[in-house]
Amino acid sequence: MIEQFRAIGPGPVLCVLLVLFLGGCERPPPDATQQGFRGTGMLEVINPRLLEEKIAAISIPDPLPPVQASGATAGEIYENVQVLGDMDLAEFTRFMAAMTAWIAPEEGCAYCHAGTDFAAEGVYTKTVSRRMIEMTRHINAGWTDHVGTTGVTCYTCHQGQIVPAEMWWTQDPGLRTARGLTAGTAGQNRPAANAGLSSLPADPFGPYLLGNTDIRVHTMQALPDGTPLPATKQTEETYSLMMHISEALGVNCTYCHNSQHFAGWEGNSPNRVTAWHGIRMTRELNNDYLEPLAQTLPEERLGPSGDAPKINCTTCHRGLNKPLNGANMLQFHPELIGAN
Amino acid sequence: MPEYQNVFTRVQIRGPAEMGVPLDNHIWPRQEQTFFSYWLGKIGDAQVGPFYLGTTGLLSLICGFVAIEVIGLNMWASVNWSPVEFVRQLPWLALEPPSPEYGLRIPPLREGGWWLIAGFFLTASILLWWLRMYRRAKALGMGTHVAWAFASAIWLYLVLGLIRPVMLGSWSEAVPFGIFPHLDWTAAFSIRYGNLYYNPFHMLSIVFLYGSVLLFAMHGATILAVSRYGGDREVEQIVDRGTASERAALFWRWTMGFNASMESIHRWAWWFAVLCPLTGGIGILLTGTVVDNWFLWGVKHGLVPEYPQVFPAIEDPAMSLGDSP
Repeated sequence: MIEQFRAIGPGPVLCVLLVLFLGGCERPPPDATQQGFRGTGMLEVINPRLLEEKIAAISIPDPLPPVQASGATAGEIYENVQVLGDMDLAEFTRFMAAMTAWIAPEEGCAYCHAGTDFAAEGVYTKTVSRRMIEMTRHINAGWTDHVGTTGVTCYTCHQGQIVPAEMWWTQDPGLRTARGLTAGTAGQNRPAANAGLSSLPADPFGPYLLGNTDIRVHTMQALPDGTPLPATKQTEETYSLMMHISEALGVNCTYCHNSQHFAGWEGNSPNRVTAWHGIRMTRELNNDYLEPLAQTLPEERLGPSGDAPKINCTTCHRGLNKPLNGANMLQFHPELIGAN
Repeated sequence: MPEYQNVFTRVQIRGPAEMGVPLDNHIWPRQEQTFFSYWLGKIGDAQVGPFYLGTTGLLSLICGFVAIEVIGLNMWASVNWSPVEFVRQLPWLALEPPSPEYGLRIPPLREGGWWLIAGFFLTASILLWWLRMYRRAKALGMGTHVAWAFASAIWLYLVLGLIRPVMLGSWSEAVPFGIFPHLDWTAAFSIRYGNLYYNPFHMLSIVFLYGSVLLFAMHGATILAVSRYGGDREVEQIVDRGTASERAALFWRWTMGFNASMESIHRWAWWFAVLCPLTGGIGILLTGTVVDNWFLWGVKHGLVPEYPQVFPAIEDPAMSLGDSP
C-alpha cells in the first residue's frame, strides 16, 4: 500500500487540494480600467466574460408604436381611473398594453381586471399595480438624483415576471440553530448570500434599506476625543451593505470610493453620490410603497414574518452598474414621470 | 550512489535513532520512542521523536485542547450539530466576541461568554508553550532566541485580543475566532480606522514582513548555491571561513556591493522576523486608542500625498441636507 502510494506520489492529492481551494474563485481574466489619477488604484475592475453573461440575461422589449391622440382622457371614458385619469385615452390604452407585456405577458389583462368590468376593484393585483404606478411616477419625478433622465419603468424590475426576480423579505437569517448555552453568531459567520458570500453580517437590508441605521462608522477626526466611537462590529454591518451594492452593481469598491480613504468625499467618483441617493431612495420606497402592501397582498406573496416583498439594489441592477444596461425605456412612456 | 541535490534532495538517512546530547537537568525523562517517516524525510529529518512533553507542555496542550473544543463545539452548534454542514461551512464559522454593550463585563455564555473562556484558555496555552520553549532551550544550554521570537508573535496576539480591547474598554473590539471572520474583521478594522496603510507602524510591519521573505530567499538561495563547497556547514563557516563563504560573499559584493557575513545574516533574519509582529502590534495598539483615523492623521502630518483631481468635485450629499456628516 505504502509502496503504491510512493509510486503515485503526492500529485493527485495536491490536485484535489488545488480544486478545493480554488473551486470558488471567479475565472480570470478581469479588465482593470484606470478611472482616477495614475498610481492611486482607482480602477474599475470588470470581468468581461461575466459582464457579457449579465447583459445577455436581459432583453429589452421593443417599444409599442406611438398612437394618435383620441381627444378624450381616460378618466372621461373609463370609470374609476384614479392615477392616470388625465391621460389621453389612446395613450392610456397603449400604456396598459405595455404594462401587461412587461409584467404579466402570459396572464394578460385578467391578471388585474375582473373580467370585462375594468372599473371593478377587488382584485388585489389591481390595487398593487396602482400603487406601483404611483411609485414609478414618484421615482422618475423625485429621485432623478439616482435614476437620472433614464428613469425606470415597470420593466426595470419586473422584466416579464409578476414578482421581480430579486426581492427580499424580512426573515430570521437562520444563523442560530442550536439552542441552550451555545454561542450566538451575532447575525454573521455563515456564507452570506447577500454580502458576496463573505462571513459578514447576513442581513444588510433590514437595518439599512428598511431601517435608518447609520451607515457611517467614521468620526472624521484624526485623534479620538473621548466620545464613544462606533465599533469595528458596526463597520462589519456597513461592510455587508457595501458588499451587497458591489455585487448588485457588478463593481468594485473604487467604482465609488477613493482608494485612500473610503469615508472621505474628496477625490471620489461622482458615482458615490448616485449611490448615496440610491440607498435613500430604496429605503423610502420600501417604507412608503412596498412594506404597506402587506395589507393588500395575499399570504403567498408575504414573507415568513408576514411582510411584503421589498426591494434592494439587485432588484433593478442585476449585476450591472446601470439597470437594463442603461436602456432608456422611459422615453417611450412619459406618463410614468409624475408631477414633482 | 545517491548524492545531495541542491534544490530538492532525495537522500534520506536511516540508522539507529539519534537521541541527542545527554542531559542531566531534565525533570521529565524524554520519551524514548522514535520512528522514521518517509514523507517527512522528503521535507526534513525523517526521524520523528524523541518527544519531550513536560509539565508546561502537557498543561499547554490541555489548555489548547479546551480552547479548540470551546471554539469548535460552538461552531458546530451554530450549524445545529450537522457534521456535513460543519465541514462545508467551517471557513465561515466563528466564535464571536461579546457585543459592544457589554464593555469589559462578563457576558452570558451565549453572548460572548464562550469567547472569553476560549480566549483565556488559548492565551494560557500559548504562554505555557512559550515557557516550555524557554525552558527547553535552557535545558539544552542554548540561547533563548526562539522563545523571544515567539514572544514577539505573542505580543501581537495579546494586543489584538487583550491589551487593546481592555484599553478601549470593550471586548467587542477583539478579533473573532474563525477563518474568514477574522479576515473580514481585519478588513473592517482597517476601514473603520481610516485605512491602516497610513499607520507608520503598519508600514514598518509590512517592511519587515516582506523584508523577511526577501532575506529568507536570499539566504536560502545563497547557502544552497554554495553547498557544493560545504557552505551548508554554516556554523563552522562562521568561525572558519572556507571557499563557500568567500564565494558567497564575493557574489553579493559583486552584485550589490555589500554582503552580510555568515554570522550576521542570521541576526538580520531574526530581527526582521521579530520586528514584523512587534511593530505591527504597536500599530494595532495605537489604533483607536490614540489615533482614530489614520488617513486624517496622515493628512495632519504631511504623510498623505495630494493627487490632482480627476473626477469632477463632489460634496457629501448629507451635508447639503443638513444631515450629520
